[in-house]
Amino acid sequence: MQQWNKYRDPALGRQLLQKVRVSAQRAADRLGRLPAVMEVCGTHTMALGRTGIRSLLSGQVELKSGPGCPVCVTGYHEIDMMIAFSRLPGVTVATFGDMLRVPGSFSSLEKERSKGAEIIICYSPAEALARAAEQPDRQVVFLGIGFETTVPTIAATILEAAGRGIRNYSVYSTHKLLPPVLRSLLAAPDVAVDGLLLPGHVSAILGRQRLDFVAGEYGVPSVIAGFEMVDMLFALDAILAQMLEGRAKVINGYPRVVPEEGNLRALAVIDEVFQAVDASWRGLGPVRQSGLAFRPVLEQFDAAARFPLEVPPPRIPRGCRCGEVLQGKLSPGLCRLFARSCTPVQPVGPCMVSSEGACAAFYRYERSG
Amino acid sequence: MICFTSLVPSCTGCLYQAAAKPNAREVIGVPDITLAHGDGGSLTHRLVAEIFLDLFDNPFLRKQGDAAVILSPAGKLAVTTDSFVVDPIFFPGGDIGKLAVCGTVNDLSVSGAEPYVLTAGFIIEEGLEMHVLKRIAASMARTAREAGVPIVAGDTKVVPHGRGDKVYINTTGIGVVMAAPELDCGRISAGDKVIISGTVGDHGMAVLAARERFGLEGQLASDCAALNRFIQPLLKRFPGIKVMRDPTRGGLATTAKELAAAAKMDFMLYEEQIPVAPSVQGAAELLGLDPLYLACEGRCLAVVEAGQSGSVVSSMRRHPLGRHAQVIGEVEQGNGNVYLKTALGGTKYLDLLSGSQFPRIC
Repeated sequence: MQQWNKYRDPALGRQLLQKVRVSAQRAADRLGRLPAVMEVCGTHTMALGRTGIRSLLSGQVELKSGPGCPVCVTGYHEIDMMIAFSRLPGVTVATFGDMLRVPGSFSSLEKERSKGAEIIICYSPAEALARAAEQPDRQVVFLGIGFETTVPTIAATILEAAGRGIRNYSVYSTHKLLPPVLRSLLAAPDVAVDGLLLPGHVSAILGRQRLDFVAGEYGVPSVIAGFEMVDMLFALDAILAQMLEGRAKVINGYPRVVPEEGNLRALAVIDEVFQAVDASWRGLGPVRQSGLAFRPVLEQFDAAARFPLEVPPPRIPRGCRCGEVLQGKLSPGLCRLFARSCTPVQPVGPCMVSSEGACAAFYRYERSG
Repeated sequence: MICFTSLVPSCTGCLYQAAAKPNAREVIGVPDITLAHGDGGSLTHRLVAEIFLDLFDNPFLRKQGDAAVILSPAGKLAVTTDSFVVDPIFFPGGDIGKLAVCGTVNDLSVSGAEPYVLTAGFIIEEGLEMHVLKRIAASMARTAREAGVPIVAGDTKVVPHGRGDKVYINTTGIGVVMAAPELDCGRISAGDKVIISGTVGDHGMAVLAARERFGLEGQLASDCAALNRFIQPLLKRFPGIKVMRDPTRGGLATTAKELAAAAKMDFMLYEEQIPVAPSVQGAAELLGLDPLYLACEGRCLAVVEAGQSGSVVSSMRRHPLGRHAQVIGEVEQGNGNVYLKTALGGTKYLDLLSGSQFPRIC
């Protein structure tokens, strides 16, 4: 069987599912309520829906979705800035596709594009840099969204631009860091999380060791998980086992991709270009040292510095509860706007339009039609 | 006159005459299409003669009228039209020309009609290389010939650089509807089986990979193919085939949803039964895309009475275009919903996609 096939083996999956159900029942008996496990990765949000795991465990494990969608946690001010960049003459905005339809206070990148703004979709920032090199008369602004997974390649393009003297490339950094937001979530007084499913790709950069604090300082049993059905069921099983034994450790359930110490080269590249700063997350508000700003020596590549822009104060649509959804405090189906005035075609907030958004995942996989 | 020319919308008189032998150098020597090729003058006439009339050659085109006059066949006719704007215009497994013929032939075929004639309209962007246009026309000619359907009328326009995207093609097809069985959503009933004729998502994935130049090696290729000679014998042999569709834009899931909604029945599909080529699965995994929503261009979805479904699948598998045919689900009483039973045993609701699939960020 090919490598990834065994992580999709239905027979193994069904066995693990049964194990998880049995453990979940025991945990529920002990707790007097359903065990609650939170994931903090948009890809997990979608994968739990896609594989059917969320619906198969409904009524047995409460699967909560945290702030794992990088587009969703980007605030209105930042989105409005992105739209403002696209309106500048001579500017090409380059972005991951996911950002295109996210609503800002007054518009969206998709709407701007249909009015003539030059906005290109990239699968990698290298394409944006290549575009800048090919079109020296345009300014290419790359929208730097994402967690630790995407930052290294973006940082690499900045170093390359510096090395090659490409002066018409810049990045708008709205990057967010995972460990600080985990601390913020776990320290909150009303947190109700019995276990954490940790993101496989972010962990591939950070390494298991850097996430030890989740168990060590906050006592929450956690497993770093991959994205196949067997990966996620294994992780849930391991979390529940720890709960029942009263242990708390951070287990690497994705050792084929996640190293113990992380990707040191990637971390070094991030460190060379960026420094941690306080940042504001949609729904959670300010989280200390959770964003990335350019180091002064490379500030010339900071789009916010290159194009000083004033945007009006953000306008938050009434009834939008993305903030609560992002903290795992509200299930998407319980938002009054869900599937009524907020749908993927006409989204009110980012959680419904992002391909990793909790509301989008619910809309796609958990409705009964 | 068959009007292959005219940049002027209200062209009232085509001056095209049966040409003296075209001066090959005058067309072939010009490497690119220019606006002059669309102005109705000598360059236009030579473009039409050298490329379209020459490659699509048939008795109708040789008459060079303003319209093709064809014999009216007995029975019902099916008419369909489609425009093709695919980018890139050449991709592994095909090109925009082949696609333009297959797409329309297939729409007729899945409607139970035998393709009778096609038309082809071209909107060419100034600057397109002549040899590229010739290659596309040759591909269309070959595909149409293999499908046994003539291109009897057409049109050519040239638009200024930047106002088109190399070339857009429209094809319209007329087909003769086979007497029986009549294919209709209304015939669908609970217990019918849902069958797909082969692997899904091949075209969508191949075109995406070619367009974005992912550098994904190897075996991604469009499944683009004319299905008329595959489908007609099936329809003649199996009256239990109730309706067919070709799952193009939006893929298998979208087409299933459209059918279920039209029939006001529910479809239950089985994830493990749906054939997906390993190369497509791998590429889709990498990008976070779902093969069920990627286009096919050489497949048909059929709803078949349960008793005949096994034989339909066996029959399909005996044909090169149906080697991986499979029963993938069944019809149940319902409201027009499509459900997917996952490998794990869960049931997922499948909906229409809103907007294109974008690969995940991280």
